[in-house]
Amino acid sequence: MIIRNQAIVEDDWAVLRLAEGDTPEGVAVPSGKAIVPLRVWQAQREQLQGRAEIGVWLDSDERAEELQGDLERFAVIAVNFPKFNDGRGYSIARHLRVRLGYRGELRAIGDVLRDQMFYMKRVGFDAFQPRADRDIHEALKGLSDFSLSYQASTDEALPLFRRVQRGGVA
Amino acid sequence: MYRYDQYDLQLAAERVAQFSDQVRRRLSGELSEEEFRILRLQNGLYHQVHGYMLRIAAPYGLLSANQVRTLALVARKYDRGYGHFTTRQNIQFNWIKLQDTPAILAELAKAELHANQASGSCLRSITSDEFAGVARDEIVDPRPYAEILRQWSTFHPEFAYLPRKFKIAISGGGEDRAATGVHDIGLRVVKNEQGEVGFRVLVGGGLGRTPVVGTVISDFVPWQHALTYLESIVRVYNEYGRRDNAYKARIKILVKALGIEEFRRQVEEDWQFTKGGPLTVTQQELDRVAAFFAPHDYAQLPAIDAGVERLQRESNAFANWLQRNVKPHKATGYAVVMLSLKKPGAAPGDITADQLDAVAELSERFSFGEVRVTHMQNLVLADVRQSDLIELWHAATELGLATPNIGLLTDVICCPGSDFCSLANARSIPLAQAVANRFDDFDYLHDVGDIELNISGCINACAHHHVGHIGILGVDKNGEDRYQVSIGGSQGNGIRLGQVIGSSFSAAETPEVLASLLDLYVRERHEGERFVDTVHRLGVQPFKEHVYKTATAVSLGLADEAAAHEESLVACYDDPYFSPRF
Repeated sequence: MIIRNQAIVEDDWAVLRLAEGDTPEGVAVPSGKAIVPLRVWQAQREQLQGRAEIGVWLDSDERAEELQGDLERFAVIAVNFPKFNDGRGYSIARHLRVRLGYRGELRAIGDVLRDQMFYMKRVGFDAFQPRADRDIHEALKGLSDFSLSYQASTDEALPLFRRVQRGGVA
Repeated sequence: MYRYDQYDLQLAAERVAQFSDQVRRRLSGELSEEEFRILRLQNGLYHQVHGYMLRIAAPYGLLSANQVRTLALVARKYDRGYGHFTTRQNIQFNWIKLQDTPAILAELAKAELHANQASGSCLRSITSDEFAGVARDEIVDPRPYAEILRQWSTFHPEFAYLPRKFKIAISGGGEDRAATGVHDIGLRVVKNEQGEVGFRVLVGGGLGRTPVVGTVISDFVPWQHALTYLESIVRVYNEYGRRDNAYKARIKILVKALGIEEFRRQVEEDWQFTKGGPLTVTQQELDRVAAFFAPHDYAQLPAIDAGVERLQRESNAFANWLQRNVKPHKATGYAVVMLSLKKPGAAPGDITADQLDAVAELSERFSFGEVRVTHMQNLVLADVRQSDLIELWHAATELGLATPNIGLLTDVICCPGSDFCSLANARSIPLAQAVANRFDDFDYLHDVGDIELNISGCINACAHHHVGHIGILGVDKNGEDRYQVSIGGSQGNGIRLGQVIGSSFSAAETPEVLASLLDLYVRERHEGERFVDTVHRLGVQPFKEHVYKTATAVSLGLADEAAAHEESLVACYDDPYFSPRF
């Protein structure tokens, strides 16, 4: 189960993570829907690019730009949060959406917790795989912490001051 | 000053609901302390020596009378009847119960106050010039920009989990009164040759373990582009700032590592994607916010008040107060009044609930109902008629807020130290008190004149000791509080870092070290030269030699006294109503 577009849905994508001893070149990518690490995609793109359903994930120290030109090939791009307070994933998501214009599914994976999900949604994530030990129904609530925001971001093209008529001196 | 509209109010309410739910989940065990810690810090809630400490923001140092009364209420109802103003223009309460925080935040929100981002690895509350809008040397009033920045930084979705804290200061004065050079981003509001307003942007300043004065990244960013430009700076930092070592995680380390040229290139590269885009500030928004900071309706008053002049001649006490605590105002017949929170015997920056209420009332009687908090831990009534000065002086004297020591040695800038703070290595408040006791002769203090003494209880430098004319850093040496002394630091336009004079001193020795430094200064100074100017002229060496020549004798004589002093400093906080500070 994952959260996609603010609803809890079944999901049959498998996220491939390299185990100890695995190499990007040598690891076997399972058949079916697989989200593979960036390094695996880069090492095995000859074989993988023919697949109808392939996804890729970026770790927090990897760059969205590495996928430039390939975005159309992926049914899903995921960004890994190795730790919930590693904030690089927010800028990666923003780059994918704003700089690179990625419009497909953008999924947060890893240490994904309720209290960070509202900001994740704002910077462009539309799918979330909360940490396995957490109740996904509880996590879903995190997406509605706020009903408005000051800034422009991926979810709101305009900052509040361009969106509404703000109040002035009484 | 700025007032919330329906959107600000709604966001504030939703924030209270969000944090209240986080507290509920922490209390029920749903949230681990590890997870909750990050969340509570972003709401100004620390866990300190005595339990939870709540840091409440006074955005860019500005408070209304009503807000000051709310702080008094918090002090009285949820704390022990007092609070502590910090060098970040915030106020801290030290004895907060976690389960009370939802109610406190709701009280704050009613008064348009909050604790958002008062701590944590995020965009912190923004600091500014306490004389904004009234200073004679002001180029542009920074407050509208500070408020626009406050809103931009509040709940910024991309920058809530930065490598480390991120502090922005903004100053619009000819003289920098916001220490912009020692902030992650320092903004000077300036005008270009065409008279257009923009920002001179400094980046990578900071104190702490690795003190650095910021470097200019741009000489002029037009005000419309401030938000996009700042976003690009913070974005590059978010992506590339170190996350493997907290001591090397501030933006100053990244700027040093890349070099300012390369850092600037990366910022400009990112900026090209957003410059001129939706985040560009509109004239309409600037006008809307600036209208809240329009000059008060000042009366036409004579430049000199005869009554004030008379009392100045007749009363030394009043003359001293005028000289030290009253500053010039841009409007004829008005004055800026500093309320000193540095009364001997009280902890620097501390204020009681009763004093808060009284200050609120004074502000309504004398200063359009507004109060400012300074980064040197005093309060300001910024718009006082000169003809009201005598009455205000009497009232402030009665409240213990008229100590005529602004800018003098006893106007100590002081962090809470290990009495309150878990990070501290040494106590700082008792040392500030020892200084006040050692130098209790006002004539002498007055003769020594302008000097800034900053006491930090640890390397984190909350009291900005690196930029103190005399900076004192508390260190822990085999369980003993020791103090390292530096001299020659200064803030303002000629910001520079002080130099350590040598090995550390005991708590008892340190006031004598100060006496020795001042002794040499008084002997060597030129006419009208401040202590720090003499240090810059002569260099650190003669001061160092003088101190250590006398310090041996001092140490011998003070050894026993030092031991007794240490003993007297044992805190006993088990008794819930005892604080050694009162």
